[in-house]
Amino acid sequence: MTTEPSTNLPEEFEELEPRSSLAFAIIGPALTILALIALWEVLVRWSGIPSWLLPAPSAIGDTMVNWRAELMRHSLVTLYEVIVGFALSIVVSVPLAVAVVYSPFLQNTIYPILLALQSMPKVAIAPLLVLWIGFGALPKILVVFLVCFFPIVVATASGLSAVPPALIDLIRSLSASSYQTFIKIRFPTALPHIFVGFKIAITFAVIGAVIGEFVGSDQGLGYLILISTSQSLTPLAFGALLILTVMSIVLYYAVEFTEHLVVPWAPKN
Amino acid sequence: MSKIKIENLYKSYNSRSGRITALEDVSLTVEQNEFVTLVGPSGCGKSTLLKIVGGLIRPSRGRLIYDGAPLLQPTRDVGIVFQEPVLLPWRIALDNVLLPAEILGLDLAGSKARAIELLKLVGLQGFESSYPRELSGGMQQRVALSRALVHNPSVLLMDEPFAALDAMTREEIGFELLRIWDMHKKTVIFVTHNIVEAILLADRVVAMSPRPGRIAKIVKIDLPRPRTLGMEFTQEFKAYSDEIRSVIYHSGTVAA
Repeated sequence: MTTEPSTNLPEEFEELEPRSSLAFAIIGPALTILALIALWEVLVRWSGIPSWLLPAPSAIGDTMVNWRAELMRHSLVTLYEVIVGFALSIVVSVPLAVAVVYSPFLQNTIYPILLALQSMPKVAIAPLLVLWIGFGALPKILVVFLVCFFPIVVATASGLSAVPPALIDLIRSLSASSYQTFIKIRFPTALPHIFVGFKIAITFAVIGAVIGEFVGSDQGLGYLILISTSQSLTPLAFGALLILTVMSIVLYYAVEFTEHLVVPWAPKN
Repeated sequence: MSKIKIENLYKSYNSRSGRITALEDVSLTVEQNEFVTLVGPSGCGKSTLLKIVGGLIRPSRGRLIYDGAPLLQPTRDVGIVFQEPVLLPWRIALDNVLLPAEILGLDLAGSKARAIELLKLVGLQGFESSYPRELSGGMQQRVALSRALVHNPSVLLMDEPFAALDAMTREEIGFELLRIWDMHKKTVIFVTHNIVEAILLADRVVAMSPRPGRIAKIVKIDLPRPRTLGMEFTQEFKAYSDEIRSVIYHSGTVAA
């Protein structure tokens, strides 16, 4: 090492960049998780906690391999409910938000109703949906829809109102029609906001499906957790929980990836 | 015939603290291809006046005659540049310039050729396909200027267009504007709170005073064209500057 600070300093700055992007972003967290799993394994074996109370990671892994066909079947059920419910909420929420933004009447009438709906605990609505619609996928899809719906409406509505006033003046000076304003300015301006709504909604979506399955179902990962814990098959419950977590994360990144493709100009978060 | 004629214009707003008079008895005539700057402290109503001329705000009283006819709504014959470039971040520079042409339903092939030529004129040749985020503030404002000119309006309204730029970029782009104005004659109304900028650009400086906004004095600038940076230090320029400064500060409160 030289003792000249003037030549030393830039070199250190250059080194900082790759180290922070690669090592800190991927290797660091991965090692931390692996260490925690190892610690968990050691603690469970050392303390002798029974597997039905807290299974070791290795026991969970074994169970997941043995039950892979069942896990796959139930995962697909839950995934289906999540995706259909989420898609339904997009199809309903975005046009509704457009209607609310463009119509002061709807803003005054529908918005309070939406707020009331959002304030109701979804866990409490789920049994009613089962009562009305019965078992099957539809009540779960509706719970997913209900939890996703509000964030998308709010994000879309705020996005549509986010056009800078100067841009509105510019468009008005050209006597643009409201259709032109919507297509060329408002909707593209709203898109990054809409995707923020999507990202919030998709993290709720998996929770919504599990709530729906808890209340009344004979399939899906939520059902599997309920059944396996009641039968002391705790490693299987952990396996289902792990899949739910991974499903939620993968769906989130799928939305983020889509955002990247659709709105490459969106501000990075 | 005068290009724009403003007659006894009043504008007042309702606000929480009561009725506010933004403009009081403003009369101004702007000739074809004249470069007029509106200068004054904040709250003197200069931006409001510009918006009224653009047909974006209705005056409370008074008349606005445009090419001999009263103006009641926005006209296509106007290009506007704001303090912020407000470009569309999802469009490349060229497509940003083309926005007015699209909205007005102009021939796109011809407009595209014109847009490319305008971008070249403002020194952005080679940046046609750049996104706004890839351009500096000064470059973005040049794109905004090209956008204001693409549909070939005869009037250019500029609302403190260079106020957000650094001092050097500001001088540079100001002279570029004069060069463009010289090549493609337009009637320009240019709002600024910078007295030096106001004098350097203008045929006439309209000095406004605040609360209520009114025209304090109209000063004809007889400096030769093309204008140069060195003129700023002449006796003549200083005389104009002193004159404008005195009417602005004398007739109302000093800008806070």
